Amino acid sequence: MPHAPFIIASFVVTGVGISWLVIASYLAMRRAEASADELRQQP
Amino acid sequence: MRRRLMHRFANPARFLRIAKPLTPWLLWLGIALTLGACLWGVFFTPTERLMGDTVKIIFVHVPSAWLGMGGWTGIAIASIVQLVWRHPLAGVSARAIAVPGATFAAICLITGSIWGRPTWGTWWVWDGRLTSMLVLFFLYLGYIALSNASSEKGDTSRVAAVFGIIGAVNIPIINRSVIWWESQHQKASITLGGSSIDQAYLVPLFVSVAGFSLLFGALVLMRMRTALAEMRIEARMRRMADY
Repeated sequence: MPHAPFIIASFVVTGVGISWLVIASYLAMRRAEASADELRQQP
Repeated sequence: MRRRLMHRFANPARFLRIAKPLTPWLLWLGIALTLGACLWGVFFTPTERLMGDTVKIIFVHVPSAWLGMGGWTGIAIASIVQLVWRHPLAGVSARAIAVPGATFAAICLITGSIWGRPTWGTWWVWDGRLTSMLVLFFLYLGYIALSNASSEKGDTSRVAAVFGIIGAVNIPIINRSVIWWESQHQKASITLGGSSIDQAYLVPLFVSVAGFSLLFGALVLMRMRTALAEMRIEARMRRMADY
């Protein structure tokens, strides 16, 4: 049984999972902090 | 002394002064170490005599398992701090750990299953190690649902904290499962007493664990900053509604 497809699948799953988590967390943080700063500047 | 240090960071503004510059450092160092360790592990380690090239899956499987278990340990510690000392950031940090912890537990289960097919001849067996790891993943889902439900009601998610502490019972079970029950999974290769893994795999594995851990730290900080910003927005909206 060739091992390469299994190795590639493992790294792809890990890469996609971590990338999704980092991008989603970063965007949510940027959006929330921008909204909080905007509200603070309002009189 | 330890208590004074703990309460020093109870002030969100003080915490943010440290978290804001620390986040990009953890993130970029984590990405660099993780990518470096994976490239090193895949292209520059030898083929193992028994497992063949599938051994290279350990460079993503082992750090994910470590963070899945470490994440819940973090939730349990933060929950104790929240309930005993009422530290205002403890609940926020426990909730920030939950989604990254669940993701790494899922990655551990999927990559372990992918590794099992060519090595054991099956995708899944209901033995102690695999089943207790699956239970951990479901515990994460339960914790996320509980903490979301309680934060919607506006209370301090005490139920989620109690659930976080009780769920920690599963961590030693995962750790000891390969000793207590017959298992397809190999016994612990790295213990406090030493390692049975060859240096050629051990060094990139440690680099990979370090990289994944830094990434995990960056993720938790980002999610804590999000939660604190949302709390500031909610407080501001409430004040505006009062006028």
